[in-house]
Formats: sequence, structure tokens, C-alpha cells
Amino acid sequence: MVTNMNSKLFERIVHGIFLILGLITVASVLVITIYLIVSGIPAIAEIGIADFLFGTEWKSTAEEPKYGILPFILTSVYGTAGAILIGTPIGFFTAVYLAKLAHPKVKRVISSVVSLLAGIPSVVYGLVGMLVLVPAIRDIFNVPDGASLLAAIIVLAVMVLPSIIKVSLTSLEAVPKEYEEASLALGATPIETYFKVSVPAAKSGIAAAVVLGVGRAIGEAMAVMMVAGNAANMPGLFESVKFLTTAVASEMSYSSGLQRQALFSIALVLFLFIMLINAALNFFLKREKED
Amino acid sequence: MDNKLSTRRKGYIVLMKALMYLSVGLTCALVVFLIVYVMYKGIPNITWELISEEPSYRKGTIGILPDILNTLYIILATLVIVLPLGTGAAVYLNEYAKNKKLVAVIEYAAEALSGIPSIIYGLVGMLFFCQFMGMKTSLMAGAMTLVIMNLPTVMRTTQESLKTVPQSYREGAFGLGAGKWRVIRTVVLPECIDGVVTGCILSVGRILGESAALLFTAGFAHALNGIFEGLTSSGATLTVALYVYAKERGEFGVAFAIAAILMVLTLIINLTAELVGNYFKKRKNR
Repeated sequence: MVTNMNSKLFERIVHGIFLILGLITVASVLVITIYLIVSGIPAIAEIGIADFLFGTEWKSTAEEPKYGILPFILTSVYGTAGAILIGTPIGFFTAVYLAKLAHPKVKRVISSVVSLLAGIPSVVYGLVGMLVLVPAIRDIFNVPDGASLLAAIIVLAVMVLPSIIKVSLTSLEAVPKEYEEASLALGATPIETYFKVSVPAAKSGIAAAVVLGVGRAIGEAMAVMMVAGNAANMPGLFESVKFLTTAVASEMSYSSGLQRQALFSIALVLFLFIMLINAALNFFLKREKED
Repeated sequence: MDNKLSTRRKGYIVLMKALMYLSVGLTCALVVFLIVYVMYKGIPNITWELISEEPSYRKGTIGILPDILNTLYIILATLVIVLPLGTGAAVYLNEYAKNKKLVAVIEYAAEALSGIPSIIYGLVGMLFFCQFMGMKTSLMAGAMTLVIMNLPTVMRTTQESLKTVPQSYREGAFGLGAGKWRVIRTVVLPECIDGVVTGCILSVGRILGESAALLFTAGFAHALNGIFEGLTSSGATLTVALYVYAKERGEFGVAFAIAAILMVLTLIINLTAELVGNYFKKRKNR
């Protein structure tokens, strides 16, 4: 009887331990959110939300410091949009080829090539961008410095490719064979079938892939920091620019006082963007499951 | 049959095919270029002195041995902590949790974690582990930050493999009178080892490539330390060292040497992941 009681108690303790382990993810999300809000709000309150979000000048180390982050927000939006505009078509067509046309052996090889692309550290992209892309842009477009928004866009386009390819591929593969067979039986050619039947059937998954790419691009810091020039200009294709991520990363190590607090506020803005993107991603993934 | 198609349809087919081959060609060419370029620039710079010494201001030489060791320490420390946590969370979700809402909340949290950019992990890691927990800028603080980043990965791979453990195994063990914990320890966990190993490999890949989260948590120092001393002091991993040498010191030779090493390691990790995946798939199907 006693041992029975003991073993029941023991099982309860084990259950409790596993419950705690299960809740760590929830606790982490809460801690991250709370820390960002608590450390991000003071500077916004002091600077004023309108001046902070829509101010066009960031001079954190000047005599009379100015903390307007509109250049960073716009740079992040334009940079991400540019990367997605370039990366999506390439990733999309690659995914259709892999899902529908490629010989299984070819598919296996290319899939591992794509995984490799995903696994390459971002600093390596940054390094190659710094030494190949930046000089190339300087020479081709005849601008004084190639470290620019354009360089960042191209690097980001390469970095979002694997996410776009992999997620689209999964959803294209999940399209029921019957759809395609019906289309073929009606006289459509295979290529027409893939693009006019399979792709629309997988559209939620492809949308999710693009949204995932957006999240990757907007959150990338190191590679962008190495090629974008890091001056707080309003975005222009050949301007040296700072993204939300690089604004935080480049000043953090020497910042203090209000400047440091303002950096946390930038991180909070970035976090809000990411949460929006996550919500969009969940929306598309859920819709794909329902399809 | 193709001959009967209208020119418009023929044109469409040719165009789509061309776009597909162009995209695939571009993707592959990109990867080949990256590998060849980094190797070509990096391998000549990898010397025995570079990988076996620490940087010396007196001799004016650069050595990346401390960075290599720091990377190893941080991988070890992260895995030691994240594996039990991630596996435990997966076991809870799959074996214990009855409340569907709680499961949904935990899974949602894990998804949210995997979407958060590493720079934000770096900032919060700095505030929480370095300052609040008093770990200072140290490899341990970096490792703790990476634990949170990799938790969703280990949890998901383990969970997927737990789902494939047949219910009959558990019922058989319960029928023989085993308690729940005993069933999990002796029957369920050994069957989900593939998920744990896969999560482990994926995490190693991510830790190896991570830099933004480590910049403010683990720091930039290049001192040669043993593992325990190393974990409590600041240190750069290979990726952070690459960044510092390329961006702040202009030492592109060293940066490319590190890039080549990272590239080879990435290749090895990807291959291992594939081989391990195939091995476990075969074993499961047997």
C-alpha cells in the first residue's frame, strides 16, 4: 500500500517535471515579449511616438540627438519587398520544376543543394556580398560606393530562396493526383496542368512560403550589415542604408542612455512586424490544411 | 498531338519551360559559385599556424584556434541543455498533455519562437542572461540564448518521431504493469531516438551559422581557454570572428579561411543529416 502511494506520488512528480518542460517555450515567448515592451516603451514615451516612428532623421550621437526611425522602417520594407520580388519568381519556378518535372534523382540532388543554400551561415553571404557584389555594383552602375540597398536586396533575395522553394515544394507535392489527371484527360498538356491546376490548388502553401521569406528577410541582420553601408539615409537603390535590424546591431555595443533605450524601441517595432508576419503565416498555413 | 496546339498555347508552354529551367539553373549556379568562390579564396589562406594558434599582437599574427574551441564549447553547452528540455517538452505534448488548449498554446509559442529573428534573441539574451541573471558577456550566456532559439527545433523533430511510436507498444508495457514513467523511459524514448538525433544535427547547423544572437551575449574575445574557463568568459565563435575580421579589421584572407571552414562544416552537417535520415527511415520500415 505504501509503495503504491509512493509510486503514485512519483508519477505525479514526473508529470509535473514534464509539464514544466512543456511550458518553457511559452515562458520564453512571454519573457521576450515583456522584456521588449518594458525596455522599448520608455524611449518611445520620451521621444514621442509620432516623432519616433515618422521622424526622418536619426542622429543618435549628435549634440542635439534626433531619433526618427522612418528611414529604418522604410528601408526594411523596401529591402524586403525587393528581395521577395526577385526571390519569389526564381523560387516558385524552381519549386514547380522540382515538384512536377524533375527526375527523382535530379530532384534529390537539387533538394540537397537547396538545403545547403539554407545552411550557409549569413556572415558567409555577407562576406561574398562585400567582396563580389559591392564592387560589382560600384563598377556597373558607376556609383561612388556599392554598399547600398541594392546590394542588400540581392543578398536577401538569395537568402530567402531556400525557404520559398522548400515550403512551395511541400505544398505542390500535396496536390491530389486526381486534379492533374482530370486536367490531362480534358486535353491540357502537362505544363498547362501544372501551372493552371496544380499551382492554384497549392496557392495557400505558396503564399505561406512567400510570407516565410518575408520573415526571413526582415529579420536578417549580419549579412545586411556587411553590404548595406550602414548610414541612416532614407532608402534609395544606391544609398547607403540601415535596416531595422542593422540599426540595432550596429550601435548596440557603444550605446548608452536614451540612445540605448531607443535601440530597444527599434527592436520592439521589429518585433511587432514579425508578429504580424507570424499571424499572416498562420492564416495561410491553416487555410492550406483546410484545403 | 503537340502539333494540333494553337501557337498561343505552344508559346505558353515554351515560356513556362524556359522560366523553370532558367530558375533551376540560376539556383544551382548560385550554389556552385558560392562554394567554388569561397573555397578558392579561403583554402590557400588556411595554414597550420592559423588553426593552431591564438592571435598574437606581439608577433602580429592571427590564429583562430580560440574561435574554433569557443564554437565547440558553445555547441556542447547548448546541446547538453537543449536536448533534455526539447525532448521533455515533446514527451509532455505527446504523452501527458490532455488539455487540447494547452497543447495549442505550447505549439503556437514554439512556432512564434522559430519566427523571431536572431538579433532579437541577442538583445533579450543580453538583458536576461547577461544582466538579469548576472552571467555577464560569456559563452554560457550565448549558449543559453541559443538554447531558447533551438528549443522549437528539437521539440518538433522529437514530437514527429514520438507520433510514429505505435500505440500498441505503450499498451503492451502498461499491460505488463509498468508505470507511466517506466513506459516512457524504457519503451517510448528509445523509439524516438531518431527525432532527437535529427534535432541535434539541425541545432548544430544553426549554432554553427549563428552570429547576430551571439554578438551581444557571447562577445568578441579571442582568448585561448579551457572549457570551464571558456564558458564563463567572453569569446567569439567562428562566425562572429569572421564578421569581426572582415568588417572591422579588413583581414579578408582570414575571413575567407574561416568562411571555407564553415562551408565545409555546413556540407558535412547537411550530408550527415541526410544519411542519418535515410538510415532511420530504413530501420523504421524494416
